[in-house]
Amino acid sequence: MTLRDVINKLLGRQPASANTAKERLQLVLAHDRSDLNPELLQQMRREILEVVSRYVEIDIEEGDVTLETEDRVTALVANLPIRRAKLPAPSPEASLEAKVGS
Amino acid sequence: MAAASTRYILICSGKGGVGKTTLTANLGIALAKQGARTAVLDADFGLRNLDLLLGLENRIVYTAQEVLSESCRLEQALVKHKQEPNLALLPAGNPRMLEWLTPDDMQKIAAMLGEHFDYVLIDAPAGIEGGFKNAMAAAREAIVVTTPEVSAVRDADRVIGLLNSEGVKPIQLVLNRVRPKMMANQEMLAVSDVTDILALPLLGLVLEDEQVIVSTNRGEPLTLNGNGSPAAHAYTNVARRLQGEDVPLIDPSKERQGLRAKIGRLMQTKIF
Repeated sequence: MTLRDVINKLLGRQPASANTAKERLQLVLAHDRSDLNPELLQQMRREILEVVSRYVEIDIEEGDVTLETEDRVTALVANLPIRRAKLPAPSPEASLEAKVGS
Repeated sequence: MAAASTRYILICSGKGGVGKTTLTANLGIALAKQGARTAVLDADFGLRNLDLLLGLENRIVYTAQEVLSESCRLEQALVKHKQEPNLALLPAGNPRMLEWLTPDDMQKIAAMLGEHFDYVLIDAPAGIEGGFKNAMAAAREAIVVTTPEVSAVRDADRVIGLLNSEGVKPIQLVLNRVRPKMMANQEMLAVSDVTDILALPLLGLVLEDEQVIVSTNRGEPLTLNGNGSPAAHAYTNVARRLQGEDVPLIDPSKERQGLRAKIGRLMQTKIF
């Protein structure tokens, strides 16, 4: 946060727009480059959370699965805070098959 | 003369109106003034404007189409600039024959130009469709022009993707219409934001300059008459860098002097 942002906040003004532009661009380019539409990404995010939460208890509110781009390489980044491991862990094969079959 | 050393440079942007044609005209003149034999090929034959910016609109008789169909010789179709005889313009075609040229034709015409010129600058049409792909076929390297606006950067990214997949390289960036004051106020994408996002080396940085409009009114590119405006400097420096000279880039934040600029810089230091 810069001095300008602090002053803007104190005065109740909108923050400077350059940073918003950068964030919006990074997001839209990650989608453009990967050819994944937001709907598909949302679905993938749900399924990833589902799979992970079978093994560990995660904080879904804090969790985040996003596309990030650096140097024209797009990466899928999952940031999932773990509350605790679930015991006993189910066998991987069994749960994957269950998902595929359903 | 060695055609192998000719540089075929595509000037493109994806989005229209960001300054492709202005860059082509100014760069063409600047290279010619530096002694390089330069051809500018207007690949945007649907909406061609390079002739107008160069002040050559009344002198076009033939286009690349007539050269390829052998209705005229290349020398007849080339429009030589009066004040800068090292520069010649060749329009690819005219708007009445929209579907005539193919990528093969563009390659052929570029190769013909290569026998007479050191630089062939190809002014690409906006968009990423057929016309752009035609223009791209004639090029070996590219300059992508963009402005620090989200729509222009996004479109530039699409174009870079296409250039990469066709093996065009190097690809360099010219950032056009930069407003130092807005950048200082963080109301415009920073230079580093754009170069980081597009991951291209910066070949030039052109400040917003009213003189550009004045020069297009007259059909005399800014680089023609040693005009001292900021944009004229920037275009000349792009030409020098292309020729391999090491010319430092301007720093937009240093373009503004005095107390207000100092306060502006203080305001953008990160405090936490």
